[in-house]
Amino acid sequence: MCTVCGCGESGTATTVAADGVIQSDERHRHDTHGHDHAAHHHDGHAHNDALLDFGKGPARTHAPGLTQGQMIRIEQDILGKNNLYAAANRGYFAAHGILAINLLSGPGAGKTTLLVRTIEALQGRVPLAVVEGDQQTSIDADRIRAGGARAVQINTGKGCHLDAHMVGHAVHSLQPEDSSLLIIENVGNLVCPAAFDLGEAHTVVILSVTEGEDKPLKYPDIFRAADLMLLSKCDLLPHLDFDVQRTMDNAHRINPRLQTLQVSARTGEGMPAWLSWIEAGLRDPSRAASPPTSTRLAAAPGIDSA
Amino acid sequence: MHEMSLAENVVSIVDAAAKAEGSTRVIAIWLEIGALSCVAPDALRFCFDAIARGTVAEGARIEIITVPGEGTCGSCAKSAIMTALYDLCPHCGQPGLQPNRGTEMRVKEIEIDSRPFQNCRNGP
Repeated sequence: MCTVCGCGESGTATTVAADGVIQSDERHRHDTHGHDHAAHHHDGHAHNDALLDFGKGPARTHAPGLTQGQMIRIEQDILGKNNLYAAANRGYFAAHGILAINLLSGPGAGKTTLLVRTIEALQGRVPLAVVEGDQQTSIDADRIRAGGARAVQINTGKGCHLDAHMVGHAVHSLQPEDSSLLIIENVGNLVCPAAFDLGEAHTVVILSVTEGEDKPLKYPDIFRAADLMLLSKCDLLPHLDFDVQRTMDNAHRINPRLQTLQVSARTGEGMPAWLSWIEAGLRDPSRAASPPTSTRLAAAPGIDSA
Repeated sequence: MHEMSLAENVVSIVDAAAKAEGSTRVIAIWLEIGALSCVAPDALRFCFDAIARGTVAEGARIEIITVPGEGTCGSCAKSAIMTALYDLCPHCGQPGLQPNRGTEMRVKEIEIDSRPFQNCRNGP
């Protein structure tokens, strides 16, 4: 992140335009980002005809002192700065009684449609604001505003996830009411957003029944970071060979504490249970003091957050 | 490609640490990356080379220390080596191993160029 503005330096600087769209600023690039293929190291992974696994590699050892260099101990969490921004957001939400929910899913799982139905159902019952994250366009924020809620759009540009600093800017721009619900719709991506704590009280992952039962095993980080999984588009189940129980088993294999609900934004099936879950969260006085999402990988105990 | 963001953070941390020591060149960076963390080391190296250009970290060697995964079973409370988040407990066969090691992503230490003139302030 840039130390001046906290943005991602690869074109994810965030500024709030007059129309409420938070835009990335390409002029902020700090480098040319040319990729010299010769710089791609082939010594860290093994090639196998059947499986290309880039997650494995030999543990490296090092022998300091062999050069004239001077060793400096650092011991800092790579995501320490994001975690500091997340803690600041969490403090703000606690001070204002705001329930923040981070909504995650792959593209096309039905996040925005579910959100629009949720807003319609909660209209007049709960004050609500939305932060929309997408790489480009304000289509989603426009949909949310058309549904009657206040919304601010973050365009991440090249970025594949929201980070806590972007959300801090969005909250500053939105100024959500005290004791309100703030839903943060993350960039559609089942991989990257898992690592970035935004300061939310709850992380909700949406998996649609058109995606396949093995998604929790293939993308474990997201399912591990979540408190609740919504199985969406359940009205399509009669037309599919989707095994609900196997999906739930896979999800619980990754995260035994994961709560699950089956919903259909189209027919309204399961929506009352989802709305009750939100309203229970709003009533829960302990959430203000709740720690970072307990299972978030990057926030392991004992890690500096300098 | 959240490795791009991670690489930016590494460069930012390293840049600040090197400058604090009065160095203008970083020779090597040791990262501790847990086997269960959500980072692909090769992608991180690739992104680092691009991000580090024009900074004190340009050309620095990246050394990755892989921290093996280890967890405690929620069912039988025994500890076990973990290679993936979906591992079943090898003792009781149940899911729900909770990692207590192997999720870290840390900048451990750096080696900086400390030519004599830069060390004068520490001299006699």
